[in-house]
Amino acid sequence: MKKPAILLLENGHHFKGFSLGAIGTSGGEVCFNTSMTGYQEILTDPSYCGQIITMTTPHIGNYGVNPEDMESNKIQASGFIVREASPIHSNYRATQSLEDYLSEAGVVGIQGIDTRSLTRILRDKGAMNGIISSDDLDLDSLKKKLKLVPAMTGQDLVQEVSCQESWTWSSQKTAYSYRVVALDLGIKHNIIRQLAENDCEVIIVPATTSADEILALNPQGIFLSNGPGDPEPVDYAIETVKSLLDKKPIFGICLGHQILSLALGASTYKLKFGHRGGNHPVRNETSGKVEITSQNHGFAVEPSSLPEHLEVTHVNLNDGTLEGVRCKNIPAFSVQYHPEASPGPHDSRYLFKEFITMMDTHDKKN
Amino acid sequence: MTKRTDIKSILILGAGPIVIGQACEFDYSGTQACRALREEGYRIILVNSNPATIMTDRELADATYLEPLTPDIVTAIIEKEKPDAILPTVGGQTALDLAIKLDERGTLKKYGVQLIGADVEAIKKAEDRERFKAVMDSVGIDTARGGFARNIESALEMVKNTGFPAIIRPSFTMGGTGGATAYNNEEFHELVDKGLSASPIGEVLIEESLLGWKEFEMEVVRDKNDNAIIICSIENIDPMGVHTGDSVTVAPALTLTDKEYQKMRNWSIECLRAIGVETGGSNVQFAVDPETGRMIVIEMNPRVSRSSALASKATGFPIAKIAAKLAVGYLLDELPNEITGKTLAAFEPSIDYIVTKVPRFDFEKFPTADGILGVQMQSVGEVMAIGRTFKESLQKAFRSLEVGLVGLEPKKVVGRDLDLKKMRFATAFRLVKIWKAFQDGVELETLHKITQIDPWFLYQIQELALDPAPKFEADEIREYKRRGYSDVQLAQRLDLKESEIRAFRLAEGILPTFKEVDTCAAEFPARTSYVYSTYETENEVIALPGKKVMILGGGPNRIGQGLEFDYCCVQAVFGLNEMGYKTIMVNCNPETVSTDFDISDRLYFEPLTFENVMNIVDLENPDGVLVQFGGQTPLNIANRLQEAGVNIIGTNPSAIDLAEDRKKFGAILDKLKIPAPAYGTAFTIEEASLVATEIGYPVLVRPSYVLGGRGMEIVYTEESLKKYVAQAALVSGEHPVLIDAFLEDAFEFDVDALCDGEEVYIGGILQHIEEAGIHSGDSACVIPPYQLLPNHRKRIEAYTRNLALSLKTIGLINIQFAMKEGIVYVLEVNPRASRTVPFISKVTDVPMAKYAAQLAAGKKLSDLNLHREKHTLIAVKKPVFPFNKFPQQNVFLSPEMKSTGEVIGLDSRLGAAFAKAEIGAGNHLPTKGTVFISVNDHDKQNTIDIARDFQEMGFQIMATQGTTEVLRENGLIVQAIHKINEGRPHVADHIKNGAIQLVINTPMGALAREDEYSIGRAAIRYKIPVITTLSGAKTAIRGIRRLALDDLSVNSLQDIFN
Repeated sequence: MKKPAILLLENGHHFKGFSLGAIGTSGGEVCFNTSMTGYQEILTDPSYCGQIITMTTPHIGNYGVNPEDMESNKIQASGFIVREASPIHSNYRATQSLEDYLSEAGVVGIQGIDTRSLTRILRDKGAMNGIISSDDLDLDSLKKKLKLVPAMTGQDLVQEVSCQESWTWSSQKTAYSYRVVALDLGIKHNIIRQLAENDCEVIIVPATTSADEILALNPQGIFLSNGPGDPEPVDYAIETVKSLLDKKPIFGICLGHQILSLALGASTYKLKFGHRGGNHPVRNETSGKVEITSQNHGFAVEPSSLPEHLEVTHVNLNDGTLEGVRCKNIPAFSVQYHPEASPGPHDSRYLFKEFITMMDTHDKKN
Repeated sequence: MTKRTDIKSILILGAGPIVIGQACEFDYSGTQACRALREEGYRIILVNSNPATIMTDRELADATYLEPLTPDIVTAIIEKEKPDAILPTVGGQTALDLAIKLDERGTLKKYGVQLIGADVEAIKKAEDRERFKAVMDSVGIDTARGGFARNIESALEMVKNTGFPAIIRPSFTMGGTGGATAYNNEEFHELVDKGLSASPIGEVLIEESLLGWKEFEMEVVRDKNDNAIIICSIENIDPMGVHTGDSVTVAPALTLTDKEYQKMRNWSIECLRAIGVETGGSNVQFAVDPETGRMIVIEMNPRVSRSSALASKATGFPIAKIAAKLAVGYLLDELPNEITGKTLAAFEPSIDYIVTKVPRFDFEKFPTADGILGVQMQSVGEVMAIGRTFKESLQKAFRSLEVGLVGLEPKKVVGRDLDLKKMRFATAFRLVKIWKAFQDGVELETLHKITQIDPWFLYQIQELALDPAPKFEADEIREYKRRGYSDVQLAQRLDLKESEIRAFRLAEGILPTFKEVDTCAAEFPARTSYVYSTYETENEVIALPGKKVMILGGGPNRIGQGLEFDYCCVQAVFGLNEMGYKTIMVNCNPETVSTDFDISDRLYFEPLTFENVMNIVDLENPDGVLVQFGGQTPLNIANRLQEAGVNIIGTNPSAIDLAEDRKKFGAILDKLKIPAPAYGTAFTIEEASLVATEIGYPVLVRPSYVLGGRGMEIVYTEESLKKYVAQAALVSGEHPVLIDAFLEDAFEFDVDALCDGEEVYIGGILQHIEEAGIHSGDSACVIPPYQLLPNHRKRIEAYTRNLALSLKTIGLINIQFAMKEGIVYVLEVNPRASRTVPFISKVTDVPMAKYAAQLAAGKKLSDLNLHREKHTLIAVKKPVFPFNKFPQQNVFLSPEMKSTGEVIGLDSRLGAAFAKAEIGAGNHLPTKGTVFISVNDHDKQNTIDIARDFQEMGFQIMATQGTTEVLRENGLIVQAIHKINEGRPHVADHIKNGAIQLVINTPMGALAREDEYSIGRAAIRYKIPVITTLSGAKTAIRGIRRLALDDLSVNSLQDIFN
């Protein structure tokens, strides 16, 4: 028997549906993702920490979940909203159903609601907090609980997802041409896989690691990872990056891009409802080519705040927002979107190669 | 801007007649291309032989050629028009093949014309399977094991590699013609033989069988800057082994992980790059082994296709339009996404609903076809439905088919048990049978093993099949509506009337919500109103402001109701827009122009059922609803709409009923003193034989209320009459069987007219070339008539006028007349749009459907510009038949319509017009060689002159014994040959040996049928034209004479009418 569940939004709007996953109550910032595939990667992406994800595509769970498509070691989202979750799964790699996966992880979800209507609310009113419950269906009580959910802006969520100790990605290979230290702000595993595929030994270090500690590992390049939430409260990482500038080539993705930009003197702001999906067109301003990109961010770098020596390399064609920058005077570049994809198109994988080239050039100079 | 300025004029190649595998989706793409390029300021020259298309309306191009799509004719057009470029990618396989031929014969080089959209090299790489495989190998894309054979020996060598079952596909054919699966050596031998002769280059592909693999398609668009985007992924519910055109498909793909999807995406784009599709849209087909995930590319089409039309409708991204702009140099990031108005065409649509496409078959037209689906396409149309869930979408799609299904739910048929073993084969309604099987308690795993359909889809159907009867309370009914149940389905389960469910829903506020198709899953506001219904909490659509008219479309294409009706619907939109009305289109056919989101002011992509139409009416409250343009489809619900208070504008539906009601209509004819063949109606076998005896044999029998002459037959004896009625009872049910005297040897005429209730305008009189008894849609016909005396013409016109006024027609009326022994009879009256309206409109330059809509909206004939220029144009309409898809079928024409489409032959001389029509229809009228004549006794006398004409033109004559004797007695030199059962070599052997170039064979009754079938089958296979009437033969002689002169000229509509 399906158990009823409720989603209550900060603006007072509520949706009645059925429970999905664990029975309980969970709050967070409600956002929507327009990817039509890749729910497992999305759920396990640490950038979603503190957020309740709405999938706009109606059928979720059709192909189940499997151990290979994890982007971190657990589900990171605070909640999950779908139109219809599949009770059965059909895929040769599947080992578990979505429902069981969510239940086991204690993640609260809701299904059977008009997710398109919810998306339109978020699009028009902007991202807002919300609460899902399948054990408390009393709206007044939920309103009180919802007030306790902290606002996204100003929160340092990186601490919650960053590793506690540094670790090295293990693969079949024993010898690599490059060593990269990745500052873990909430890193997705596919970034590490991509670096490893490009012949990099990857050492993942906690977000609070100091510049000296990083340099002591003697990397050829430093990678600034993706991560959740507002970049500004992550001041320790910004400071670290400031000290790393011009020491080693730096490549940043998503939150890493924002941290790099902040370290270089630019500023960031919160987008109305963010970019989350796998269909965002981005133009590479150097080549003029369009890449279809995977995106997941609620904050962005303000183009007018860019210092002289920081040039725009990528622009979002939907809304003109900044998608990538490169330093003119030092070896550092970053993109707002996700070239590692997973989920999403692979159009931008060349950026990992550019990072390798940057490391090569830097090595030759020194 | 990167738009090309070095080219000024572009020749667009159309797709020609509607055939199985190439239908009105190419009118949709061609129309988009014309509009897209014209608005860029290019001079557009268009050639298409299909007069029913919207693209050939002369407003859409600068020079419109209704001419055959052959290298000779197109070369003549190129010589005359001197275009700078040719766009060959919006006219299907026909246009691509033509482009290659023009290149091979040096025409392109000679006139300095370049191909845009796809170059010859790319087309060849994509089309030649051997090269395609090699190119895929070179970029690391996996393909099926197998290879190419040009003879049976090497084929047998290859099958050792692939094993059985093995797939045999002839190279370079359309719609997979000749493709088949062999399960054993004997079958393999036979199919390779057939494939080698079907392939224009005598080559077949032998491949490992992928039976049971999942099938997918990706629609890709690429620009010259190498920006490539996926518009849509499509998943076939039927696994590999069924032609994608015959599969039930869904969009987006529903069972792929992101890892698999992205691999498919990468390969799709890489495939376009490797093949060299510089700009435009292509589709790439994939197969995935569900056990291992192994993925292979099956094929790609370097052009827009049926799938791209579906993808355009499924996502709101107009692929053909964008492809046309890219072909002239634009980049994706220079073009707007017109649905949002704010974003660019450089993006990938994200959809938040499920689209289901279901093919429509017409197997009952071809009773000997076994109904088993395979790698060769057999469907004649399709429907698409949009729902928020798969269940809703699937049920909406099946009830859109107009085959009596009210959802996916099986009809209640007593005493019919499912044969599970047979469900191994895909058939038209296998999914419905699966529902039945689940109801009978069959396990999902069992059905998966039998059908190989992905368990996810089976599970969805299982859930529906096992839904108990709902409780008659609001929450429960709402839940059922969300699962796509129609009011009729709920009524059946609750033992209520449909109206009671509707009343309950309205009272409880269980109303559909309408949602927009916006390309972006609601991420951005949409400005175009392309909408569908679903049962959710938020309705996004508010009624259109101002005066508005709703037009009900024609639903799925089928034999008897196709592109012609969509043409009329679109014209109606244009006409009403001109008068300042907002237009609302309701239709469910994804192939059409009417479902292009920028044709009407609002498009409801919905089933044309009473429930769905009323839901829209409830929301929009239109000032009027037009039902006379969409063929039989809107008429099926017109009365109920009117009873529900809907304002049907134009001719009242009761007049349409009146014309169908034998008794009431007979009274009108009596009153007007218009002769009609004696008739009667019967509900039982006994009644029928009584009526028929009274009328006198032969009689024409048919069930009432049919389009396309379904179930219609000419019956010569009481015995066959009884047999017919016994069968017809199954077909119809509550409606009676109609029995008419059959006017043998009469000439038939079709008239289309406009009436405003007071005045009548005769659009044109068409004379059939085939004799009476052949369905009007299957008969070649000529305008103006080639054999009609002035007093007879006057009588036809007067009858038309009187009938139109008596039926209080407002809009279009079509009347069929027969003339025998100086008497003009009325055969049939249809106060609505007919199949011939676009043809007559093109030839007379009077947009009849557009005017009809304006009359319905209150204009008078005197308000319209009906001034007709005098010209000496003769136009021949020639049907095309799908016999090559149903090789076991006899090729003889009957009252049952079998043609899928038509071509026009336009000239100032009848012979030339006929010759062009024949060429356009793909019939190779010979100018020399041997003609084989075999006629029934009745025709023998009249055959003498025909045979003499052939002899005088230099033809040799072969004939069967009986015919030979008659001809020899009249001094003709004839070689007598054996009938099939008279020993060998017989006529089929002679055809196979290439000794016969033309067959004249008139039907001879049941006894000689086996002969006729064999001749027909051999003729189809060796592409020998078969003429089955003497009047057809006479006209053919005129055509052959003209062809022999080799002086066919080409003229554009603009040349003729300006």
